[in-house]
Amino acid sequence: MARHTISMVVENRFGVLARISGLFSGRGFNIDSIAVGEAAEPGTARMTIVTQGDEMIIEQITKQLNRLVDVIRVVDLTGENYINRELALIKVNANQSTRQELVQIADIFKAKIVDINQKTIMLEATGNEDKIDAIISLVRPFGVREIARTGRVALARESSSKDTPSPEAPLPVWEKERRKITADLA
Amino acid sequence: MKLSGAEIVIECLKQEGVDIVFGYPGGVVIPTYDVIQRTTGLRHILVRHEQGATHMADGYARATGKPGVVLVSSGPGATNTVTGIATAYMDSIPMIVITGQVPVHLIGNDAFQESDTVGITRPITKHNFLIKETEDVARVFAEAFHIATTGRPGPVLIDVPKDVQIGEAEFSYPERPDIRGYKPRTEGHPKQIRKAAEMLTSARKPVIYVGGGAIISEASEEIRALSRKLNAPVTTTLMGLGAYPENDPLSLKMLGMHGTWYANTAVMMCDLLVCIGARFDDRVTGKLEEFSPNSKKIHIDIDPSSLNKNVRVDLPIVGDVKPVLQQLIPLVERADTEEWLQQIDEWKRDHPLTYANTIGLHEEGLEGVDRETVEKETDNFPLCAQYAIERIGQLTKGEAFVVTDVGQHQMWAAQWYGFSNPRSMITSGGLGTMGFGLPAAIGAQFAFPDREVIVFSGDGSIQMNIQEMATAVACGLPVKIVLLNNGYLGMVRQWQELFYAQRYSEVDLRDSNPDFVKLAEAYGAVGIRVFKDEDVEGAWLEASKVKDRPVMLDMVIAEEGNVYPMIPAGAASHEMIEE
Repeated sequence: MARHTISMVVENRFGVLARISGLFSGRGFNIDSIAVGEAAEPGTARMTIVTQGDEMIIEQITKQLNRLVDVIRVVDLTGENYINRELALIKVNANQSTRQELVQIADIFKAKIVDINQKTIMLEATGNEDKIDAIISLVRPFGVREIARTGRVALARESSSKDTPSPEAPLPVWEKERRKITADLA
Repeated sequence: MKLSGAEIVIECLKQEGVDIVFGYPGGVVIPTYDVIQRTTGLRHILVRHEQGATHMADGYARATGKPGVVLVSSGPGATNTVTGIATAYMDSIPMIVITGQVPVHLIGNDAFQESDTVGITRPITKHNFLIKETEDVARVFAEAFHIATTGRPGPVLIDVPKDVQIGEAEFSYPERPDIRGYKPRTEGHPKQIRKAAEMLTSARKPVIYVGGGAIISEASEEIRALSRKLNAPVTTTLMGLGAYPENDPLSLKMLGMHGTWYANTAVMMCDLLVCIGARFDDRVTGKLEEFSPNSKKIHIDIDPSSLNKNVRVDLPIVGDVKPVLQQLIPLVERADTEEWLQQIDEWKRDHPLTYANTIGLHEEGLEGVDRETVEKETDNFPLCAQYAIERIGQLTKGEAFVVTDVGQHQMWAAQWYGFSNPRSMITSGGLGTMGFGLPAAIGAQFAFPDREVIVFSGDGSIQMNIQEMATAVACGLPVKIVLLNNGYLGMVRQWQELFYAQRYSEVDLRDSNPDFVKLAEAYGAVGIRVFKDEDVEGAWLEASKVKDRPVMLDMVIAEEGNVYPMIPAGAASHEMIEE
């Protein structure tokens, strides 16, 4: 069961989210994450859903979504060349002796420190799912109090299609660091 | 000129050519009913239960192809329509359901007779609307009719709060609405159609499998033309009955769980299966892995989500059946099917539909009777349901509207009435709604007051909407109810007999059924009881003389008769049980 990122443009009116989530639950499809916000065209919203299923199920999901009158466009981005991001707010225990180390971790992940006090520190991290998972796993030993994640948002790249893959991206800094740290730990 | 929201509702209906509305008043729709009582040219039929209103609108829509319209109140009025809406949704029937709602400022407050109607009906409508401003009424109605009647049709619900009905707005009815998320496609892709023509022409053992989509699309002529030109046999689903004449030599009659042996066998053995406006429902395919294993499959459907949903097909074509067939027919040539048709004729001869009645084992298509085969004591032999249906089919020359409830009688009617005209079979195929028959027949009779409308029902089903007898009597409708009364919930009993070792659980109505003749008379209808095969014709002729009220023919049939052939649920078609 492969994971798929379905991106759609929908009418931005009340009840649309219920129509879409109801379609998923009523037909037994899974939702791993869902993110909604205003889209470029006036009166529309973009909804990004991460779901799972074999080829026939994903075909059904996109076709059933297309049947909804309030759904304007549906694209399965999986296999396409696209950018995906997630944002997470992570509240971690922090005292005088651990604060510096947390700041360093934040630095590696280009995460922002958005709140700080005697007992905790709150990090704001942006990136793909792997990156968010990585920063969470690194700060977990300090004691994570609360996490808020947005779920995935995604957009296809303009220039390329399936046939023209984008140039191989270099390994991001955080990934290099993460590999180093996990190697050190081992 | 400014009109009230209620006046706009009625104006919109008139603009859409609606001349009949099935409904039931209540607190929050009184403003609209106040307009109705002074409106001319729009007939309102007062039903006895809101579910009845939805089935009437549904029956009207199936008989005419025009959308049926329902008007009910909020809360229980709206929730009572749920079964009828779901029934129409499953069978792709165009319907507009207008529900009253509590005033906008009370929505969400658990007000008296409030329910979240758009929430409740969201998964069973093609689309639904809650109107919050009187200014929006005309636009929403135009969109609702457009959505309900185009593409794959379906029910659309419009929830109208009381204050929206009372408020005023300028009225102008929009031109054809443009909805950016709704662009149904009708023409088929030319490349796909060329490919289909090649596949058809080179097939040696083709079967054309036709569903309700062909009837909705008014494509019976095209189906005939295709089958003639190719020289290919045609089978129909329950919903497709009437799309192809069953007395035609190329007809295989119905396929599926209670379809003919030869239709199911032909589908199993064919090398090309052309599915037209059907959806490979589980009652048709049985066990999916063994369904038509050696065939290439072409599937024509207006709804892309029907394609590759249950069965992977080799050539999907998205489009409206009629224009797609019109594109396709000129491209096909006569296929070399002589050997295949001979094989099918052999199957038809060796495995006909049969039933046993007083006068012997009866086979379809046989003149006279085969007295040697069955030597039963004719005195104790009860009235035979299949015989009654077949006889009434002959007496009405297959030209009546046949409406059914759901159960054994439905399958017997499908097997034995003998359909040759589209829209002549009105039945709840997808949802399988008991209680559909009588109100749906009332709707069909309103559409065609001079045509014969017959309800085949059972003693279980008829009691699920029996209150609509009062509507039929009040309106003087000569609906003929043929009650095939076996004192059981027969289909469930049959399954319990065959698959649960005769452990009958809660299916016995024998001691609790009312006297249906007296019941009919109590409503002001005519009741006639029939006990014997030889009395069927007389009773029918007597019933058909009644022109001003319904007739209930209480036909007391064998208690434990079964519907055969039968493919058990989830089994493959070669596991078919014959009588």
